[in-house]
Amino acid sequence: MAVTTEAKLDARRLRADFPIFEQPIHGKPLAYLDSANSSQKPRQVLDTVRDFYETSYANVHRAVYELGLRSDAAFDGAREKARVFVNAETTGEVIFTRNATEGLNLVAYAWGLDNLGPGDLVLVTELEHHSNFVPWQFIAERKGADFAAIPIDSGGELRLEALDELEARGRVRLVACGLVSNSLGTVNPVAELAAWAHERGAIMVVDAAQAAPHRPLNVQALGCDFLAFTGHKMCAPSGIGVLWGRRELLERMSPFELGGEMIRKVTVERTTWNDLPHKFEAGTPPIAQAVGLGAAIDYLTETGLEAIERHEAELTAYAWGRLSEVPGLTLYGPPPDRRAGIVSFNLEGIHPHDVAQIVDSEGVAVRAGHHCNQPLMTRLGINATTRASFYLYTLPEEIDRLVDGLHKARKLFG
Amino acid sequence: MSELDSLYREVILDHYKNPRGHGLIDTPDAEAEGQNPLCGDEVSIAVAFEGDTIADVKFQGRGCAISQAATSMLMDMVKGRTAQEVATMSREELLDEVGIPLTPVRLKCALLGLGVLKLALHKGRGTPLPEEWAGVDELELR
Ligand SMILES: Cc1ncc(COP(=O)(O)O)c(C=O)c1O
Repeated sequence: MAVTTEAKLDARRLRADFPIFEQPIHGKPLAYLDSANSSQKPRQVLDTVRDFYETSYANVHRAVYELGLRSDAAFDGAREKARVFVNAETTGEVIFTRNATEGLNLVAYAWGLDNLGPGDLVLVTELEHHSNFVPWQFIAERKGADFAAIPIDSGGELRLEALDELEARGRVRLVACGLVSNSLGTVNPVAELAAWAHERGAIMVVDAAQAAPHRPLNVQALGCDFLAFTGHKMCAPSGIGVLWGRRELLERMSPFELGGEMIRKVTVERTTWNDLPHKFEAGTPPIAQAVGLGAAIDYLTETGLEAIERHEAELTAYAWGRLSEVPGLTLYGPPPDRRAGIVSFNLEGIHPHDVAQIVDSEGVAVRAGHHCNQPLMTRLGINATTRASFYLYTLPEEIDRLVDGLHKARKLFG
Repeated sequence: MSELDSLYREVILDHYKNPRGHGLIDTPDAEAEGQNPLCGDEVSIAVAFEGDTIADVKFQGRGCAISQAATSMLMDMVKGRTAQEVATMSREELLDEVGIPLTPVRLKCALLGLGVLKLALHKGRGTPLPEEWAGVDELELR
């Protein structure tokens, strides 16, 4: 008989790594249920960044002196960690960006401007975050290409059967889809979409902003062509993100931003481009932020991404049950076994901003608003939700405190 | 807790649950709408005049308690005033009436209705607008 020993994550122990939890908020322990928005940072990352600044900081790829070498080693080391993290073939395919948004814009401009035209169709989904929606809409329009969104069903999952009809609108050139929806937690069938896109000669762009912090990523298994994620949601500092892209595509693409670092030779007549990944990294990069991302990747890898995913699945199932008990509460999206650790809901007669403010007085931080998902909100016929999202440091009793806060809101408004 | 009690004090919740001046005016002399896109608050306001004074003013909207209650209070405050008086009405006058401490984010909620009303009067009666709104057709508080 096979015995599987699945290491369980000890959220209470991990929580001690995060200094933010040491201070009370409104006199109560902080229940931070907004990690889908941005995560808190562990001491391991903070210490690495501080130590880097105190002992190794210089600009990268320019200095011949000792500090420059140390800085290069730390920066390049972070890139190698990011390569392993997504299972890319080479570090040349791993481009440092400011965030996921910049990575997606890079592809939209550098690939889209040269490859899209009239008769072409760009497909996104109704679940997309604005940063994986608006760049495609904008570039498609500029190039005279058609743009459409794959619809969702009433359970917040993609209706892949709609692809046949969409396909009739034009030559599919690019499909852009998030791995995990930031509002509903839906886990999208990206590998299936990538195969569909490739059969049609289209490329597949994946927004992994909500996946990278919470589950193992493998660009080979996904079969995509580009994948973007953002550091600040995965325990790293803000100001650093990663775009992974297939070498053949990156090599054929024109640069996105132009300036220092990304050139090989500049003359008045003509400029040639640096090798990958530098061709896409104009100017001084976010150096310490990249080093911080490397430390965050180590932290997540040591904790175990499978263990993080399982922990959040348990919390999500628990939250689903507890929230369902609250009278007048509507939950949006798929059932807990088909989603990541994000739940969006509304309380009848109480606006999400009021809900968020009331639970804040109990030290519970949740997001209220449209979550940069206006097309999705329109599709759901609402203009905002309250969203609770979980991470490796989330405890079940924090969900209990949210539920208590919701009862309080109902009483206040009742 | 006490902070929360003062934010959602009885009068705010009362205006939210039983808004004054809620509804439509059949043939308004001035109207406008606006929103606070960040949180999704929406307000539209219609005004009917008798001579120079506001004889009737009604609003419709959806959004958080602060935005809807403040607009409801505003309806009570401006009836019987002239367009000119309302155009120069200070935000402090409304905020005093609302009477709760507001963070910058919630301040926008509270001031949405007043902005929409000033825009309606500008469109219907040509009263001056705060400079930063010059040329707007529909108010968007950012
Ligand atoms: C699904 C998704 N995509 C993209 C982003 C954009 O991330 P960033 O603002 O760091 O670029 C977010 C973050 O809000 C997100 O949730």
